[in-house]
Amino acid sequence: MNLLGKLDWSAIPLHQPIVMAATAFMALVVVAVLGFITMKGAWPYLWREWLTSVDHKRIGVMYCILALVMLLRGFSDAIMMRAQQAVAAGGAQGYLPTEHFDQIFSAHGTIMIFFMAMPFVVGLMNFAVPLQLGIRDVAFPTLNSVSFWLTAAGALLINVSLAVGEFSKAGWWGYPPLSELQYSPGVGVDYYLWSLQISGLGTLLSGINFVTTILKMRAPGMSYMRMPVFCWTSLATNLLIVAAFPVLTAALAMLLLDRYLGFHFFTNEAGGNQMLYANLFWVWGHPEVYILILPAFGVFSEVIATFSGKPLFGYRSMVVATMAICILSFFVWLHHFFTMGASANVNGFFGVMSMIIALPTGVKIYNWLFTMYGGRVRLTVPVLWTVGFMVTFVIGGMTGVLHAVPPVSFQLHNSVFLIAHFHNVIIGGVLFGAMAGYTYWFPKAFGFALDERWGKASFWCWFVGFYLAFMPLYLLGLMGMTRRMQHYDDPAWQPWLVVAMIGAVVILGGIICQIVQLVVSIRARDKLRVTADPWNGRTLEWATASPPPAWNFSSAPNVTGRDAFWTSKRRDRARQDRPGSAHVYEPIEMPKNSATGFVSAFFAVLIGFSMIWHIWWLACVGLFGAFATLLAFAFRRHPEFEVPAKQIAQFERAQSAGAAA
Amino acid sequence: MTDVRYDRAPGDIPNEEMQARSPSEALVYTIGLLVALILTATSFWVANTSLLWPGGIGLGLAVLAISQMGIHLVFFLHLTSGPDSTNNILALAFGLLIVFVVVVGTMWIVTDLNDNMLMPPSDAMNIRMQR
Amino acid sequence: MNIAAAIDSVPPEALPSASETGPAPKRVVVAYGFWILLLSDIVMFAALFASYAILVRATAGGPTGAQLFNQTTVAIETACLLVSSYTCGLMSLAVNSRNRLGTYLGALVTFALGATFLTLELREFADMIAHGATPQRSAFLSAFFTLVGCHGLHVALGLIWLVVMMVQVAVMGFVDSVQHRLLCFSLFWHALDIVWVGVFTVVYLMGISL
Repeated sequence: MNLLGKLDWSAIPLHQPIVMAATAFMALVVVAVLGFITMKGAWPYLWREWLTSVDHKRIGVMYCILALVMLLRGFSDAIMMRAQQAVAAGGAQGYLPTEHFDQIFSAHGTIMIFFMAMPFVVGLMNFAVPLQLGIRDVAFPTLNSVSFWLTAAGALLINVSLAVGEFSKAGWWGYPPLSELQYSPGVGVDYYLWSLQISGLGTLLSGINFVTTILKMRAPGMSYMRMPVFCWTSLATNLLIVAAFPVLTAALAMLLLDRYLGFHFFTNEAGGNQMLYANLFWVWGHPEVYILILPAFGVFSEVIATFSGKPLFGYRSMVVATMAICILSFFVWLHHFFTMGASANVNGFFGVMSMIIALPTGVKIYNWLFTMYGGRVRLTVPVLWTVGFMVTFVIGGMTGVLHAVPPVSFQLHNSVFLIAHFHNVIIGGVLFGAMAGYTYWFPKAFGFALDERWGKASFWCWFVGFYLAFMPLYLLGLMGMTRRMQHYDDPAWQPWLVVAMIGAVVILGGIICQIVQLVVSIRARDKLRVTADPWNGRTLEWATASPPPAWNFSSAPNVTGRDAFWTSKRRDRARQDRPGSAHVYEPIEMPKNSATGFVSAFFAVLIGFSMIWHIWWLACVGLFGAFATLLAFAFRRHPEFEVPAKQIAQFERAQSAGAAA
Repeated sequence: MTDVRYDRAPGDIPNEEMQARSPSEALVYTIGLLVALILTATSFWVANTSLLWPGGIGLGLAVLAISQMGIHLVFFLHLTSGPDSTNNILALAFGLLIVFVVVVGTMWIVTDLNDNMLMPPSDAMNIRMQR
Repeated sequence: MNIAAAIDSVPPEALPSASETGPAPKRVVVAYGFWILLLSDIVMFAALFASYAILVRATAGGPTGAQLFNQTTVAIETACLLVSSYTCGLMSLAVNSRNRLGTYLGALVTFALGATFLTLELREFADMIAHGATPQRSAFLSAFFTLVGCHGLHVALGLIWLVVMMVQVAVMGFVDSVQHRLLCFSLFWHALDIVWVGVFTVVYLMGISL
């Protein structure tokens, strides 16, 4: 019995120069970052203020950082694929061997969905929802930290797969029987399964946390119909997380049982049924699409109302549309496999449902347009992202409705037309939304704004690059090009794929602009310093300092209407007084920092890694460690500490002095 | 602000003076236990008897199971229709809707796929060109 | 910054509705969060039930449910779990009145009944495996072992949780956090019983009669 299971030196892909170069580069970056932190002596600070923080704002920021880093990783996969397809025409094989190409498209999809888009929207929700609700923190702050670190643990595992072993070659869905042991005997699919199980648990816990927070923890006076739209869309998203992720967990667990213990859920023999996996995967998969897009819709609603200086048009219809999407998204999943043999009745039902779900989305588009109509729109960077979204997303939505027609789907299934469609909605919707939210809330999080010029440059690069990269794919799809081709014979496709490649390079320019924007803004932070309310905001997050104190609100806000902060600003102006200076503050109870999240994620990585490599004893150690961590958490004596009233009063005085200066 | 109403925690007993009325709460649990036992026993009897029409047994068992789940919810988890547990009921209703969609949808879809795509081993050569 | 310290003009008779009263007490928040967790757990079971329903006929020439299931064992298991749900309810009454002895007694009986259930189930599994009805034999048996085993795993976790809770009661007393966790435990235990109603109906009773 080998003490290290399947793990030995052959696991490191020394014979693949591209992989080794990427690994070396990543290792170099990691070493540089760690070295920099050590040199600055920043470890104690990092540990105290960030790694063990249970503050929702800090956790939200960490989620966004994770997402941005993973965006770089996922994008390098993307540009490699574009480069491969730009050259591998006719008889050419390009520079990526098939088995590496297969890993790249699987990793690209998995990373972009689970470790870029998900952390980004969860991070924005983490940061903004408690502030918008006017409360001190989420319902379960420590659990929130556990959620984040589990997500990070999954991301770590998927990146380890680059250096140790391999990643799945079965696509980001991992359809059996290809993903079964018989056809994928390597560790790639195991990396896929374990990183998704671990991060999925984190996502589920954060969904529970946010449903509870939004339904049970709002500031006094904030009834449901006074909640900001971003909170509504967050509620819908988290309800979907709670309802959909368990199905993914179950499906992946069955595949794990097949691979590890020889069960027969999805195998070819002994009565296994592969369509059961496809079915369960998409029971989760379609709501997942809305899990990603709904928070983006929320961001756009906030941005449009703020920068038009008007209340959101049709608040009620927005809420109804959001909740309708939340329910309807559970009735459409079969449209992901129209072509796999269902009868006309089944296909018809799901086709009609898929068309119906476009209606509430259309309602939202009109609401945003009418909000802008007659408003004084300030064309800031968040608004640019929003307008870019509205144009792009409508195109993506239209091609989506095309796919909802089963006969059309038979024509387009598995073609790059489909690739173009979902990148059209995910980049044009989710990513633009995340970027809008990032620019919109950045000043609130750090107290200084992001540079406008570089932000605009980044937007235009992304916008133009997106159209260059994906409009050709629509054409190629109609010309019959299928997805996931390592090389192809038809030379007529090549010019279009070269255009797509150029588009990817333009997007790269957008990413570089974003990095430059961040660096420039940090260096010029004193010039870009902002007050509590830089955008003339409408919701409660703009009522507190930028960056907000750990306790968010020195005294609990009292909400008397929709757009709570806007209402109170108007009232204060009418009264010509500024409350706050003579206010008596009360001490505030805050949750203490906790290493629970970090430590449990450490053990989760241990469990995941040792299960992937069949190191059973280490998995037991990890399991035991996780249990011990849980016990240590359960037996904590004083999980809370009190912020004295004097400190709060001091903070508020300093704030109003700063505002006056 | 003494009259402020809060929602009730799921599983909490719906009255203000919990301590004073605890004997009758024990009675609630006992009633729940007895009804559940009767329903369980009926289920086992229905599954084994030859007195009933065999075609209806599946439906009968399903009805018995669902009613027993209801009994558990009401008598053990103290779910009421009062305004203070609206939130709990709504969450439950959402969950039940999802459970229904997942189970019924999956069965409908995969059975249909099987009907269309699976060939019985006996007539594997005789591909049915139906629909 | 303090915003809107004064409420404009709220008529005193207008009582704020439950949705406007501000953050709910910790007990409600904790129990509601756990309620949501249970719902997600039930959705996971729904996926397992659906898979079982699909694969129940895929016996691949192996044994069927009617040949394998022993109704007497199932009846005893069901009774154990049902009565343990009852004693768990009595335990939470004891917890509410801060009655230590009653709590320990209720926990002890609940634990004993849960452990009996688990032993019987494991014996049933061992018996089936000894007769060649392993989960590797057919898709039906894979689904059976996964669905019933997942419920059994939940029961096992519940038993560990119960032991930890009793240690907490002994060490920390009936402090708020312990009370909240005991409330969550009783929710968990009752939910497991509800899932079991589904299991014995769908798997065992329908399995022998259909």
